[in-house]
Amino acid sequence: MMRLTAENLSARRGEDLIFKDISFVLDRGESLVLTGRNGSGKSTLLRTVAGLLRPESGRVVWQSESADPGMRAAEACHYLGHRNAMKAEMTVSENLSFWKEFLGDFSGGHGMSVGEAAESVGLGGIVHLPFGYLSAGQQRRMAFAKLLVAWRPVWILDEPTAALDVSAEEVFTGLIKEHLAAGGIALAATHQPLGLENARELRMTGFAGVMEEMW
Amino acid sequence: MIALLLRDLKLSVRAGGGALIGVLFFMTVVAVIPFGVGPDLNLLSRIGPAIVWIGALLSALLGLDRMFQTDREDGSLDLLLMQEHPLVLTVLVKCLAHWLGNGLPLVIASPLLGLFMNMSEVAIGATMLTLLVGTPALTFIGAVGAAVAVVLPRGGLLVSILVLPLAIPVLIFGVSASYAAVEDPAPFMPPFLILVAITMFFAVIGPIGAALALRNSAD
Repeated sequence: MMRLTAENLSARRGEDLIFKDISFVLDRGESLVLTGRNGSGKSTLLRTVAGLLRPESGRVVWQSESADPGMRAAEACHYLGHRNAMKAEMTVSENLSFWKEFLGDFSGGHGMSVGEAAESVGLGGIVHLPFGYLSAGQQRRMAFAKLLVAWRPVWILDEPTAALDVSAEEVFTGLIKEHLAAGGIALAATHQPLGLENARELRMTGFAGVMEEMW
Repeated sequence: MIALLLRDLKLSVRAGGGALIGVLFFMTVVAVIPFGVGPDLNLLSRIGPAIVWIGALLSALLGLDRMFQTDREDGSLDLLLMQEHPLVLTVLVKCLAHWLGNGLPLVIASPLLGLFMNMSEVAIGATMLTLLVGTPALTFIGAVGAAVAVVLPRGGLLVSILVLPLAIPVLIFGVSASYAAVEDPAPFMPPFLILVAITMFFAVIGPIGAALALRNSAD
């Protein structure tokens, strides 16, 4: 049993309430896609779930057999934000092996080796290059490879396909599907359809307006 | 944790890292003093320990704002914050890496600058020892300032100003211990032990404060 629950989440930026009373439950293999125009609060919601923003109300709970009851949900999550969290001065393999060691594997799975992860995102031969030498699209792919080197059941993806060509989008979708098939959970904010089957959609309207959840 | 230490050390010596900048600034500050003060060797050796300490303090302040800023700019800080290693330990390791990359080079460079100031061997040794003990305190105090100012785009000067009042006691006891080693009536141990105590105190308080500030810096 693995379950990510969000209960009545609300978040505030400055004076404005960005969204109010959002609840969802995600079991293993399920995914939630956030859509909505710019500024509608997609990133805010993802950062709240990742524990990087304090919610105005509500909470995020992670439940599984191995988890302590008091554990922060963020520890079960990978977060891929707008920024890649990789150092331009270090080589790709140094970056990836740092995150592999620092993050470690969450109970219930194992991360790939650095070489395999780079191979999976289609950039096997260039792990020896400094991260700063790569193009924007290649950097994004390598940032995605970071999700593969350390196992986390929940992937939180904020615009994962920004700066990517069509073939890379397919690679990403494939990897997300594999992750879901392995019993993972994914939350993604996106403008492009990711092509995930039976993904739930949460349409964000922003400024605490009406929220509708569709299946 | 070892991985984080090694990564930060690597970054501090590579392009854009602060290690060399701090030492160069230290040398610049101390090297211009003899030109400004004039070739009075007695005066130079008398003010030597104080000048070396002031130079070290300023250079230590120079690199502080980058401690968390670089990680914030590329998004790494988010990922560091999400892991409960716990966070205080993560901050402590980052402080250690920052000191090894920025503080230790200052300590190593200080004997050379002591020669510039016509200091005696004992005075050079005492200054180096007090710097070795005192500069970690500057890093731990600075970590709090750096964490508070991490969301500000040009927080560099602000960090220095925030940190300076707390860094003054370190300077006072560092310099007085250095002088006590060469001037006869004053005992060396009391100011030196207070310096040790300050460092140990901030080694505990600093990471806790910085971790709290980082937790609340979310945007």
